[in-house]
Amino acid sequence: MDKKMTCISCPIGCELTVQLDENGKILKIEGNRCPRGVEYATHEIIDPKRVLTISVKVENGVMELASAKTDKPVPKNRLNEIIDFIKKLKIEAPIKRGDVIVEDILGTGANLVVTRTVKKRN
Amino acid sequence: MDVLVIGGGAAGLAAAIEAKNMGVKVLLLERDRSTGGVLNQCIHNGFGLHVFKKELTGPEFMEYLWEELGDLDEVIRSNYTVLKIDHINREVFTLSEEGIIVFEPKALIMATGARERSLNSLRIPGARVTGVYTAGVAQKMVNIYNRLPGKRVLIIGSGDIGLIMARRLKIEGMDVVGVVEIMPEPGGLIRNVVQCLEDFNIPLWLSHTVFEIHGNERLEGVTIGKVDENLNMIPGTEKYIKVDTLVASVGLIPQNELIENFVDVDQVNRGPVIDDFMRTSVEWIFAAGNNVAIHDLVDFVYEEGKIAGKFAALYALGEKLPEVKYEFKRGKNVGVMLPQRFTGTQPFKMYLRPRKSMSKSEVIFSGKTIRKFGWKIRPSEMIDLKITNFEQLPKEVIVEVNEIG
Ligand code: SF4
Repeated sequence: MDKKMTCISCPIGCELTVQLDENGKILKIEGNRCPRGVEYATHEIIDPKRVLTISVKVENGVMELASAKTDKPVPKNRLNEIIDFIKKLKIEAPIKRGDVIVEDILGTGANLVVTRTVKKRN
Repeated sequence: MDVLVIGGGAAGLAAAIEAKNMGVKVLLLERDRSTGGVLNQCIHNGFGLHVFKKELTGPEFMEYLWEELGDLDEVIRSNYTVLKIDHINREVFTLSEEGIIVFEPKALIMATGARERSLNSLRIPGARVTGVYTAGVAQKMVNIYNRLPGKRVLIIGSGDIGLIMARRLKIEGMDVVGVVEIMPEPGGLIRNVVQCLEDFNIPLWLSHTVFEIHGNERLEGVTIGKVDENLNMIPGTEKYIKVDTLVASVGLIPQNELIENFVDVDQVNRGPVIDDFMRTSVEWIFAAGNNVAIHDLVDFVYEEGKIAGKFAALYALGEKLPEVKYEFKRGKNVGVMLPQRFTGTQPFKMYLRPRKSMSKSEVIFSGKTIRKFGWKIRPSEMIDLKITNFEQLPKEVIVEVNEIG
């Protein structure tokens, strides 16, 4: 089976074709202009991961929301679960950019950190 | 005061940082209540790879700039509207809580950014209904004010903000039915097509547009359909889609109302003609960022701001800056292009957008090949070229992008 994908490791955006056998094992990767394309395709097939950016509700802050991100990429197929978990969170102002809100979120090894400073409301 | 900056987005902040570092007295006027511009609401990542060598979100990039600037209160004046610039007497008229104040800076930096094109400009048949937003407004609602625009949404236009909002609204629980793009290719970066649409199984309909908007007060649905290569609707391809929200990402327009009557304007960029010092045709007025031309990356905007800040500061200090010696003229396949003039006294970066996609191409300066591209270039991805060698260039340089076999 052939799988087509676009390498996004750089702006060139090579169109890659990945040949897989019936067990999903990679036989061949074509279309990449540099070795990073192979790395990208391999990750995308074996264990695709993404950094999640999202916002978290804030209580008693000058803003109602604080933007946040996972400090490492998390498995793509667990994004929905992680999003649902984060939607239920509420944090208390003040918070500082870089503060860890959740350590090792749902066992992914990534921390959820805030990306914005939100001061306390007077 | 030496240098006055108008606009507190990435370009304005960068300009203020650099001018301050040059040791001049600088003031930045911001229309909103705080600076940061669109970075504030762009909570996704992908910013800063060139400038800070790491991948940042918009708010992080913004806070980095604030920290670089240091004491914000010393430099920034928020809630200031600039009413008028008198370029002959070098006066800037402003309105704020303090009333009307006239500034007389030695140098001025325009960093007024861009605004979004509205859906009305597309003249789609149907009543004007609620539930129609530009992507930036929807982004501000969701990311700053914690409000969802509706339940079921169609995105018009696959520019970067449109793609990012498709993902964002999906994450927030909206039913995102798809993205329509009138052109045969996506308008945004490939990376965004992959990570915003494909990852979340959001369909992208290329060569499609909205034929009609339905509903009287609140949006009830839209009719979409296919267009031919001349962008005319193809009858028989119509499809009704029930949505209560439309989000339009149909382009950005540089904002230059304050200066367009007296500076040389580039009709393609829709911004002031500038040189390698980011100087406009009026010698004490500099410009940087999306008001000069629409960029893809905030990093480039930041770099321009720094250049404008440096040379505006030197000018304010009384230094005689070199005069423009060369001019770039658009030849074949050249769309957005800057700068349009240069002095030939320093290396600089040139930004270009080709008018069409080309698999293999070369950039030519008056017959001489400057750079070859062995991969596909597209109007949606700005090319940056480092120009270091001016020796054999004529005074008028014709810039072309040619497809090669
Ligand atoms: S394969 Fe290499 S050249 Fe091609 S897009 Fe990926 S990183 Fe860029």
